[in-house]
Amino acid sequence: MSMNNVGRPTRPETANDAGGHETLTGGRGLLQDEALIFELNGWTKTGVDLPDAAAPSSDLAGLLRSEPIGLPGLSEPEAVRHYVRLSQKNHAIDLALYPLGSCTMKHNPRLNEKMARLPGFSDIHPLQPQSTVQGALQLMDRLAHWLKTLTGMPAVALSPKAGAHGELCGLLAIRAAHEAAGNGHRKTVLAPTSAHGTNPATAAFVGYTVVEIAQTEDGRVDLKDLEAKLGDHVAAIMVTNPNTCGLFERDVVEIARLTHAAGAYFYCDGANFNAIVGRVRPGDLGVDAMHINLHKTFSTPHGGGGPGAGPVVLSEALAPFAPTPWLVHDAGGFSLVEHAGEAGAETAFGRMSAFHGQMGMYVRAYAYMLSHGADGLRQVAEDAVLNANYVKARLKDVMSPAFPDGPCMHEALFDDSWLEGTGVTTLDFAKAMIDEGFHPMTMYFPLVVHGAMLIEPTETESKQELDRFIEALRALAGAAKAGDAERFKGAPFHAPLRRLDETLAARKPRLRWKPVAEAPLAAE
Amino acid sequence: MRYLPLTPEDRAEMLGVIGVKSIDDLFVDVPASARRDAPVDLPRFAGELDVEREMTALARRNRSAGEGPFFCGAGAYRHHVPATVDHIIQRSEFLTSYTPYQPEIAQGTLQVLFEFQTQVAALTGMEVANASLYDGSTGAAEAVMMAHRVTRRSKAVMSGGVHPHYVGAIETLAHAAGVETARMPAAIDAEDAVIAAIDADTACVVVQTPNVFGTVTDVTKIAEAAHAAGALLIVVTTEAVSYGLLKSPGEMGADIAVAEGQSIGNGLNFGGPYVGLFACKEKFVRQMPGRLCGETVDADGKRGFVLTLSTREQHIRRDKATSNICTNSGLCALAFSIHMSLLGEVGLRKLAGLNHQKALALRDALAAVPGYEILTPRFFNEFAVRVPGNAAELVETLASHGALFGVPFSRLDASAGMDDVLLVAATETTLDVDITFLTKLLTKVVGQ
Amino acid sequence: MRFTKDHEWVVVEGDVATVGITAYAAEQLGDVVFVEVPEAGKTVKQGDQLAVVESVKAASDVYAPVSGDVVEGNAELSDAPETVNALPESGGWFAKIKLANPAEVDALMDRDAYEAYLGTL
Repeated sequence: MSMNNVGRPTRPETANDAGGHETLTGGRGLLQDEALIFELNGWTKTGVDLPDAAAPSSDLAGLLRSEPIGLPGLSEPEAVRHYVRLSQKNHAIDLALYPLGSCTMKHNPRLNEKMARLPGFSDIHPLQPQSTVQGALQLMDRLAHWLKTLTGMPAVALSPKAGAHGELCGLLAIRAAHEAAGNGHRKTVLAPTSAHGTNPATAAFVGYTVVEIAQTEDGRVDLKDLEAKLGDHVAAIMVTNPNTCGLFERDVVEIARLTHAAGAYFYCDGANFNAIVGRVRPGDLGVDAMHINLHKTFSTPHGGGGPGAGPVVLSEALAPFAPTPWLVHDAGGFSLVEHAGEAGAETAFGRMSAFHGQMGMYVRAYAYMLSHGADGLRQVAEDAVLNANYVKARLKDVMSPAFPDGPCMHEALFDDSWLEGTGVTTLDFAKAMIDEGFHPMTMYFPLVVHGAMLIEPTETESKQELDRFIEALRALAGAAKAGDAERFKGAPFHAPLRRLDETLAARKPRLRWKPVAEAPLAAE
Repeated sequence: MRYLPLTPEDRAEMLGVIGVKSIDDLFVDVPASARRDAPVDLPRFAGELDVEREMTALARRNRSAGEGPFFCGAGAYRHHVPATVDHIIQRSEFLTSYTPYQPEIAQGTLQVLFEFQTQVAALTGMEVANASLYDGSTGAAEAVMMAHRVTRRSKAVMSGGVHPHYVGAIETLAHAAGVETARMPAAIDAEDAVIAAIDADTACVVVQTPNVFGTVTDVTKIAEAAHAAGALLIVVTTEAVSYGLLKSPGEMGADIAVAEGQSIGNGLNFGGPYVGLFACKEKFVRQMPGRLCGETVDADGKRGFVLTLSTREQHIRRDKATSNICTNSGLCALAFSIHMSLLGEVGLRKLAGLNHQKALALRDALAAVPGYEILTPRFFNEFAVRVPGNAAELVETLASHGALFGVPFSRLDASAGMDDVLLVAATETTLDVDITFLTKLLTKVVGQ
Repeated sequence: MRFTKDHEWVVVEGDVATVGITAYAAEQLGDVVFVEVPEAGKTVKQGDQLAVVESVKAASDVYAPVSGDVVEGNAELSDAPETVNALPESGGWFAKIKLANPAEVDALMDRDAYEAYLGTL
């Protein structure tokens, strides 16, 4: 036979060093250390080829920037590498389950991205003649129709740019309605202790005093306490439903009745609308205003922290006070009423921001709606709730559900009583999840549950992925109870970085790179 | 349904594990009066092809800026965005990640924010910048609220050159919080007029340069007057490319600089999403709204980045937060930062020079058309022009001939009595033939 | 040393009270990262907001345990907020207040009463 025996080895050698192997450069396989753009000596570089410009006109004498700005440039290959390397240090829903309760990390369909990039949506100016953007206005009108139909509410203000901006919009409409009715003295907002931090922040921002409503043992609004605190001084209640404990407010109809009887409005925080979309219409529950986070229920991408979009649906009583622009439709087509006080928007409370809102997010959300349809959206809610209850059922023997009785909605809430005596905290447990390849759940929220762990799997997860996640959590729970605290205390060990010193960051804030080298920060 | 992985068999098995008979058993807490047995009255699910057809049909009913001569600005500008930008922001790890609350597995997003903050601070000439706000207009409103907290005074004075939509956003927030606003009459070149309105109650003065009419102003004197009265100066800019050519807000004494960052890295998108740039003097950092990213080290002493000073924010301070904001404009800030690092200082200065050059060419061409008068004395890439007759009608007429001429000022502020004032802009995307086409068309229209 | 239910302490020398937060409060807050102390000359009534103390995870108001005029804020805390954790009941003091009503001090808890109160939390 002829034999070629000069090839490479095709089996791994026996490992002689099982762990703790430090590399010489700090790089680890596919994971590279990456300098800041300011450290790449790009002060005279550019990655954009532009023709030379003539000298500026003499009109601008004395107004020109003469000092160096201090901005490095990167050639295109350097830029691509820089950002791709950085990207690989991020967890993402496209990588694995991302069970952040209350945040709703679900799949972002790529069709929506493609649609948002059609020049007819992405390359149109907000102030070009309305006759030239009839398709954009029609899309806004259809999105509004879907939102109104799904919520059973008569009106929607599309322009708020995020959930918290929507809350502000809703409370301003409520305030305007009270003032128009001579009830400007109503200055109190009631909100449960379990509320999102944005609720009290928004209420305080518009000059309202926040009074907390007690919670019952089973995680719902305490009706007696609510009734006792309602009165002629109350402008509104702010209640999240399903609430931040992942539970449906069973008495929501009664909550609405009591609120209205006291002359106040019912603001519903719609952050968890994804649990009930297509199955329950907030309008049937007596809600007066509710924001909808398009990035939660209708899957516009979270993008590492935005942009969001927070349209607010409004009842008949509040609709006249909605902010401009208003979209109107007549024989001539669609048009925008852009100024408060103008014919058609006489009672609008004002404007939330420049232009007409988050069009790019509207396009994505509308594509998501069309893809799912009424039946698909209902299935979304059902699968989200099913997945959460499945997680709860399969973990209840090793972890402690905060509200063991009855079903949860789209998220399963656990407290840390099951970790007692293990020396492992909720935070340690979460950091160990990172080593297992999962993003931690929401921790220490809601505030009403000790060491809270709020798991929201969403409808995106297959049963196989859920089982993989559940097995990982069960294994970790077993390790914690078996006294393997080391696995948790130092975690994560396998992430791009180990645990970060947040105290140091806050005590000695370094919020930008500086041209003169600073002494390296050292842990205390 | 292509986005839903559970099979009917999975669902049945899972219900069994949970110990209930049907999905309805999981919705038992919903009051009977609000239960719906059937889907709402909307279309059923649709395949990708059908959705794409419907969306494309809607998109076709819009005239996109790239279809012909285009001269609109007034707070939103058409620039060329390198292909790299859109490619990177569609990477899964950036597109489909959340706010970086777990820094160990979010260093990509966090380092980008740190770089973004440094870029914005450099551009505005300020000491610190945050990780972005929703857009320029809401940023301006937040700046007024911040000045109110810093000075503990309750009046904001705005120049007549501030974009009217920004004025609207400021008024909404300020009035909600009990802060009084005073706006000078709309004026093309009178930013200095705010000086006379500053008094002992003034928390801040808001000026814009280049202003909504395009006028560039050295606001140093206004800064001095504001500071002498114990007020802060907020400088607003709607065209971030102008930082490449013009004196920065920091150089002119601004306490807070706010800008719309859309021009860099982000498309027109019919007005949103955009990205608000927000920078200030370091001594005010604890009164800043929005997220901040800071440098620190990990347990092994390696450099890393975290969200910091978060005790200012709503999730901790609740009703005492500096702002109710809990979202930034992350992906748009990423696009801004990528485009900015591709440009670098060399590219930004060139780009700014080109924008100015194109605007000068447009001015010269329009000035030569009988009946048209250039109103803005000093400008970067946009200016106001007086047209014969009603600007809104003229714009409609030109649109029907295939040119998007500009933004009638009356569209922004119908009460200013400036129905014949048109705001026009030129950028590096403007072609000489576009300008020629426009002037020929105008000569024809006026001639009729 | 006298104490309030809001976990402030007071030590009186002559007619000036030195005020800070208790070791218990400092431990509950965690690593203190920022302190905003009042400026000299500020007049406070008992129960008014006197200072702000921030840890990474919480921001809290510190209330004036006694009424009077602030004669000094502890400027060193702005550069070294960690002193509040290291020496909460000595070097980590927040402010010195010239007493307007010395009787207010007598009404505050002594250490035994405060410790007993902590036992009920």
